[in-house]
Amino acid sequence: MSTGDIPLKVTRRGKTKRQGGISGRKKHSINLFLLTIPFLILVILFSYYPLLGWVYAFYDYQPPIPLSESQFVGFQWFKMIVQNPAQLHTVGQVLVNTFVMSGLGILTSFFPLFFAIGLNEIRNKHFKNVIQTLTTLPNFISWVLVYAVAFAMFSSTGMVNQLLQNIHLISQPIHFLDSDSGTYFKMLLWSLWKGLGWGSILYLAGISGIDPELYEAAQVDGANRFQQIIHVTVPQLMPTYLVMLMLSVSNFLNNGMDQYFVFQNAFNLKHIQVLDLYVYNVGMGQNSLSLATAISMLKSLVSVVLLFLVNWASKRTRGESII
Amino acid sequence: MSDSMAIESKGVSPLLQRTKGEKVFNVFNIAFFILFAFICVYPFYYLIINSISDNTLSAAGKITVLPKGVHWSNYVEVFKLEGLGTAAMVSLGRTVIGATLTVLASAFLGFLFTQQGMWHRKFWYRFIIVTMYFNAGLIPMFITMKNLGLTNNFWVYILPAIVQPFNIILVKTYIESIPSSLQEAAEVDGAGTLTVFFKIVLPMCTPILATVAIFSAVGQWNSFQDTLIYMTDSKLYSLQYLLYQYINQASSLASAVKASAGGALNMAALATQQTPSSIRMTVSVIVVLPILFIYPLFQRYFVKGMMLGAVKG
Repeated sequence: MSTGDIPLKVTRRGKTKRQGGISGRKKHSINLFLLTIPFLILVILFSYYPLLGWVYAFYDYQPPIPLSESQFVGFQWFKMIVQNPAQLHTVGQVLVNTFVMSGLGILTSFFPLFFAIGLNEIRNKHFKNVIQTLTTLPNFISWVLVYAVAFAMFSSTGMVNQLLQNIHLISQPIHFLDSDSGTYFKMLLWSLWKGLGWGSILYLAGISGIDPELYEAAQVDGANRFQQIIHVTVPQLMPTYLVMLMLSVSNFLNNGMDQYFVFQNAFNLKHIQVLDLYVYNVGMGQNSLSLATAISMLKSLVSVVLLFLVNWASKRTRGESII
Repeated sequence: MSDSMAIESKGVSPLLQRTKGEKVFNVFNIAFFILFAFICVYPFYYLIINSISDNTLSAAGKITVLPKGVHWSNYVEVFKLEGLGTAAMVSLGRTVIGATLTVLASAFLGFLFTQQGMWHRKFWYRFIIVTMYFNAGLIPMFITMKNLGLTNNFWVYILPAIVQPFNIILVKTYIESIPSSLQEAAEVDGAGTLTVFFKIVLPMCTPILATVAIFSAVGQWNSFQDTLIYMTDSKLYSLQYLLYQYINQASSLASAVKASAGGALNMAALATQQTPSSIRMTVSVIVVLPILFIYPLFQRYFVKGMMLGAVKG
């Protein structure tokens, strides 16, 4: 604005910014900073200060005994993870679970893209909107509620079992929830049920942003609908897809624990325990706070390295960072 | 399909004559989406019709399409269960207070970080934003909360959620996208930083703040892990956690049912007598109903939030 050229005398900010002395400008600048202090305190308390908790990984911390009286054990917990055969076996299985779940997530990461393309092929706008609303709904309920739904539908007294028994297709209820058969697959299905519709919204927006001239040019060249999808829509959505793919790679170790926690039970524990859940089970369940801290510390460090690697790869290939 | 519609929508072949392959694709495509939408919605419908139906029919799995023997006693009785009323207040409280404070903090910080004059503005901005990318982990967080006296304390639901780096980015980007002339004009008139914020910036940011509010309210309502980790006092349980307990701890539920049953039963009373499954489903409906109601109303904000998030993500 042109006010910058005119010396203004009476205004506070005008004075500090434009014609006031250095001290006035400094005062305003400090005042602005002072306003952020309450929030900075919250950030320090809840994001930075907890990092100090990593020292617990180097002690043998048993909760009622304060840290000052706990024994310093150095890297004992880290060594234990790789040297103790039983521990190594468990951690190995947990890593396999984590890799499989994340791997399945990445393998199915193109589903939302296809979902969006399919939905876009529906001509009736109202029908399209209704479908979009209904399929994004599961994204907004908690995993506890997903489990409540799963329980109502698939427990041994649930709807599906009763339906199958009523039509005499089965005589014994099928154990959908309290068994370890196909645990990975079931977890994948639940996360697709919850997230597929929502995940497609990004691509739907991407499709509506594609230049219509591209389609017109393809039509002039005689492309039918399928050829237009393959040669115009998919390539146009690729950049978005790649960003989403990179984000999921950088989150490879972070499955979160809610989904696996609510679905876990004595039967499926072996295959459902991903890293985040394992940290909880070891720390809060078995009360081994130090070991759990050591594991989550390793996890955090690997995650940060992954993030930087993916970001570097993104800069190299796309010339743009993702963080 | 009329020709005009075909021309309107994007990416559509101008050939009015559809090939056979396209027709077959259309049928399967539409069938798939109807089926998937049904799978997404039916479970909620199932819970609702079973929570209002005759409990003996419901327990026998006879209620799948329409409710039968409609009664509301499940809802009346469920609120007599110990802890449910309290849990509802806790969930409601954290949703309202949490979302309000998150919105105000995001707006205020987003605004402050657009003020070029701030002392070491870039440093402090990054100081907050970088916290998105690391996490001390579950156990250090638990020990921290314990040290701060926040375990078994309602404020553990609120305080850590106030400063959300992602929301601050959203608001800051939004403010930067609107012309600053209004703010400058107000400053010429002698308005201070706070006046500018409350009188000018806040009203202008309503669209983005609505998005932040909706996301943070849904997040608060759905949050489950924090109760699990930080709370042992049942007075501070959230609805989500209580529901989890009802599903998993059959014994506690059975005793709750017994307590609500009271005296002797006859056949007529049995239809409205609570069963573990009727309680589970009724509580599930209570937990999901707010989401079902607000979701269609605010869907455009959700979608907008997703888009903005993707841009900055």
